[in-house]
Amino acid sequence: MTSHKDIKMWTPTTLVLLLIMGLGGLVIIYRLMHGLGAATNLNDRFPWGLWIGIDVLGGVAMAAGGFLIAGAVYILNWKKYKPIVRPAILNAFFGYALAATAIMFDIGVPWRVWHPVVMWQIHSIMWVVAIHVVLYTTTLATESSPMIFEKLKMEGAKKTVYAIMVPIVLFGVLLSTLHQSSLGAVYLIAPAKLSPLWYSSQLPTLFLVSAVMMGLSMVSLETILSSRAFNHKPDMAILSGLARGILIAAVIYLTLKFIKLFKGGIGMAFDGSMEANMYLLEMAVGTIAPIVLLFMKNIRENLNSILFVDTLVIAGIILNRLNVSIFGVYRNQAATGLSYFPSWMEFVVTLAFISFSIVGFKVCAKYLRLFPETEGGH
Amino acid sequence: MAKGVLVDLTKCIGCRGCQISCKGWNEMSAQKTVMAGDLTNPPRLNAHCYTHIRFQEDEKEGGPVWSFVKDQCFHCKNPACASACPVGALKKTEKGPVTYTFERCIGCRYCMLACPFYIPKYEWEKVVPWIRKCTFCSERIAADLVPACIKTCPTGTMIFGELDDMLKEGRDRITANPGKYVNHIYGEKEAGGTSWMYLSAVPFEWLGFNTRIPAKELPDLTWAYIAKIPAVIGVVLVAGAATWAITRRNQNMDKEE
Ligand code: SF4
Ligand code: SF4
Ligand code: SF4
Repeated sequence: MTSHKDIKMWTPTTLVLLLIMGLGGLVIIYRLMHGLGAATNLNDRFPWGLWIGIDVLGGVAMAAGGFLIAGAVYILNWKKYKPIVRPAILNAFFGYALAATAIMFDIGVPWRVWHPVVMWQIHSIMWVVAIHVVLYTTTLATESSPMIFEKLKMEGAKKTVYAIMVPIVLFGVLLSTLHQSSLGAVYLIAPAKLSPLWYSSQLPTLFLVSAVMMGLSMVSLETILSSRAFNHKPDMAILSGLARGILIAAVIYLTLKFIKLFKGGIGMAFDGSMEANMYLLEMAVGTIAPIVLLFMKNIRENLNSILFVDTLVIAGIILNRLNVSIFGVYRNQAATGLSYFPSWMEFVVTLAFISFSIVGFKVCAKYLRLFPETEGGH
Repeated sequence: MAKGVLVDLTKCIGCRGCQISCKGWNEMSAQKTVMAGDLTNPPRLNAHCYTHIRFQEDEKEGGPVWSFVKDQCFHCKNPACASACPVGALKKTEKGPVTYTFERCIGCRYCMLACPFYIPKYEWEKVVPWIRKCTFCSERIAADLVPACIKTCPTGTMIFGELDDMLKEGRDRITANPGKYVNHIYGEKEAGGTSWMYLSAVPFEWLGFNTRIPAKELPDLTWAYIAKIPAVIGVVLVAGAATWAITRRNQNMDKEE
């Protein structure tokens, strides 16, 4: 088996991640045997918690890099980004795998997960979301299949997939646009529950634009980290291009958020309440700080500072998803005395899913040709 | 035609007969409860309790006012819960009840988020959990019987009949008794209108009713998004294909040069 010698599989970090995955597996077995009430702190006022907030909403947002880079290369023909197409799509695949698996264990009756496929309900956003998960995960698997065919030396199959790559990518772009925005649309039905700091008829657009920010940051972060693992210099043109993309999306996002805030009364962000502070934190970390930093040319051209900005954006958008799903509904939901803080088992499962993505990505980087263009010298 | 209920809270004496008959008709097991500081018991609706009486103490003109509030599903005219369900497990039926079919349910709990009245409850402790909520005694209604709670009530707090007649009766009572009721029928407009409507002597916000629920059908909010999907599909596919064609041509021209 050919593999990359630069990537060491059995590092202490990997072992810790594997341990967390094992623990997460046990918790999932426990959840399947004893039910959601035993494993989680969810209750009648907080039907959705950490798993929906981070694993599903966060995982899907993280995946946005896949359709953006694939679209840039195959549709806009921006050849510059060709070297990162494979990692971006693989990253998206892991994001969706994370979300889909989390949904499996979060729903009460996992073996009926296929019901939406046959029981059509076109008036239900949840149905729209479910169908997109199925279609897009399939699309991502197809988009990344050439790497596998390559490994298996199935040149014919690889050629076939490449021949239809453009329509597949276009289909992926379409599904992603719809799926990212429909996750925001899920909350449109709760105007009397979600705090006006987040509730807006623009939720679908806000989710889409923030997913673009997060997706590009993920791709940028991965490019930097894997270049370190492979010991080669990352292509600065790609990274500053991604940084510019993040900047543009963040400026659009900030503008939309500001319009919303001014319409609803700017005072609500500064009333000192828990929601207001979470809102300010989210905006400061995930949007305002990155914009200020990225406007500076020397920051856009320094590896470490790009890495820092990527982390800020990722943290800020995850915080946004948690705010919409938990903190933004907290006051109304907790009014009758039921509150929510995730159980240790919920934390373990979420950490296990994240560990799985990291280890999975590493295994793929080691055994598949993730960065075909930069391999020359190794 | 669709049935409705008018609940005149000024008539309720807080005997909780309705609560007991609901448990009986739905064959639900008794649960151990604890005193929660007031007489409301259990303190919240849950998967084993579709309806309860909330004991609410407020002050009006210097003296205390006691109110007894009957909580249960409102059976909205266009229910948010049913529109939210991805598999059609919750359905609005012609006669008014919003019913649940467990065999379809995947347990995503979006109905719980969607319902503006916090009604659907979950069997958290079970390995194969159901969504549970008041059924409006749909089987009794189908057999031309009055719902169990209404049948039991000794004071006629609730009256059951054609939805439009109930609304008219509510309006008549407000007009005929100036000063007795606040001029608001809760459920007439909330969430686009519900099958269960309330009259009260004190403002509804005192009674813990959510008065911020918009007066429009909530499913319209999500439909506004879903209805745009075909247009998005068209625009993305056409724009994408056109972009691809143009960038490809440019590239080919570059090569020729
Ligand atoms: S009150 Fe809630 S559960 Fe009952 S029909 Fe309306 S939306 Fe559905
Ligand atoms: S929990 Fe069941 S009834 Fe409620 S929305 Fe999901 S599938 Fe429908
Ligand atoms: S049975 Fe009638 S009077 Fe007794 S608590 Fe119920 S609604 Fe009130």
